[in-house]
Amino acid sequence: MTEYVSLTYLDLVLASSFLVLNGGLSLWLKLGLERKLAIAATRMIVQLLLVGLLLKSLFAVVSPLLTALVAFTMIILAGREVWARQDRKLSGIWGFSLGTGAMMFSGTTITVIALTTQIQPDPWWTPRFALPLFGMILGNSMTGISLSLDTLNTAAQRERIAIEAQLLLGRTKWESMRPFTRRALRTGFMPIINSMAATGIVSLPGMMTGQILSGVDPTEAVKYQLLVMFLIGGSTGLGVLMAVLGSVYRLTDERHRLRLDRLTK
Amino acid sequence: MLIVKSLSRAGLQPMSLRVEDGACLAITGPSGAGKSLLMRALADLDPNSGDVSTGQLNRSDTTAPAWRRNVAFLPSETGWWQDDVGAHFSDHEGTKARLPLVGLSTDALNWKVTRLSSGEKHRLGLLRCLETSPAVLLLDEPTAALDQETTLQVEALLRDQMDKGVSILLVTHDADQPHRLNCSTLRIENGAIMT
Repeated sequence: MTEYVSLTYLDLVLASSFLVLNGGLSLWLKLGLERKLAIAATRMIVQLLLVGLLLKSLFAVVSPLLTALVAFTMIILAGREVWARQDRKLSGIWGFSLGTGAMMFSGTTITVIALTTQIQPDPWWTPRFALPLFGMILGNSMTGISLSLDTLNTAAQRERIAIEAQLLLGRTKWESMRPFTRRALRTGFMPIINSMAATGIVSLPGMMTGQILSGVDPTEAVKYQLLVMFLIGGSTGLGVLMAVLGSVYRLTDERHRLRLDRLTK
Repeated sequence: MLIVKSLSRAGLQPMSLRVEDGACLAITGPSGAGKSLLMRALADLDPNSGDVSTGQLNRSDTTAPAWRRNVAFLPSETGWWQDDVGAHFSDHEGTKARLPLVGLSTDALNWKVTRLSSGEKHRLGLLRCLETSPAVLLLDEPTAALDQETTLQVEALLRDQMDKGVSILLVTHDADQPHRLNCSTLRIENGAIMT
């Protein structure tokens, strides 16, 4: 195993000079991007430095309560992101809790199973393993769930006449929503299917690259990456399915009516 | 038969009305008066309360899909969710036999939905409603997009349904249509029945 090369802050300053150059180009070409670029870069620096410090202290204390608290905060932030990314969403508490609940269930279940049966650190909730893994699973589920809910809610709105025409012929709400439920599920699954198909050809996944850079044998890094991709795929699938079925349930009622009044205006 | 007792919903005053077997009631009134809201409530497509019955079936004892197969509603805009017209029909033989009655070619089931005119969509929508042999027809301007000749053909089909005992509730802006179909009329303004 080769040695891990530690970076100095001077290295980072040198690397950032290319970004500064981009900012200069934007000024020169009047692209108006320099402000956005500066804000985004500053946010990234502050967020990552803080997260580094937070993780360092979390890993040092190894407290189950603190680990759970951080995991819970991650779920709430991801849930807010799912909520904000939908153009039309369920109104009231449903809009937030449906996506968040689906993510909490699928992400937590799969992370816990992976930690207790596959990676098996001691104790199983060791934050150094649990939090990065949970973050990757949650981040991908979040993308899938927000895409699928946005697709479903938009379709329900746009295809009202087609859905109600089926209801009027005496079909159940599940039958009438089926073409649009299916479309939403496909949209939610697409990013993970695409990334599985392209991984290793177009780019090396970030986690695997990180492991290789820190000196891990590439075949070992590949095994970790495969494990993570399987977990992400499983969690995204489960989460998307739960969120979409829950949303269909909420968009219709027990008398098989389409309830667009339950979407935000 | 259609018996409605104190039906109420958002946008409508409580309403009661009755259509006998084989009879027809035409609803008239200005746009926005609540005619379509009444139709949607009777088909149970929007939340509403009140007793609705076909004589044989009470709505409250019936699942919504079964109710809508017995009380068929043709909205003013018909919905399509497949590419082919035929995919929207379950009884192809029966529908083929009825196509000429509304002035459409027997080939219509092989057409694409995208090339249908609004009049063709409406007539096909009506035939689609008849597939389940409903006891009551709720029709929202069934002949609005049709020329005079086709309108008379559709009216003949409706009279034929009434002869079989079907009750018809009809929204129309055609002043002569209630007379031609031998309908009684009911006027709705501002969400209430005018007497």
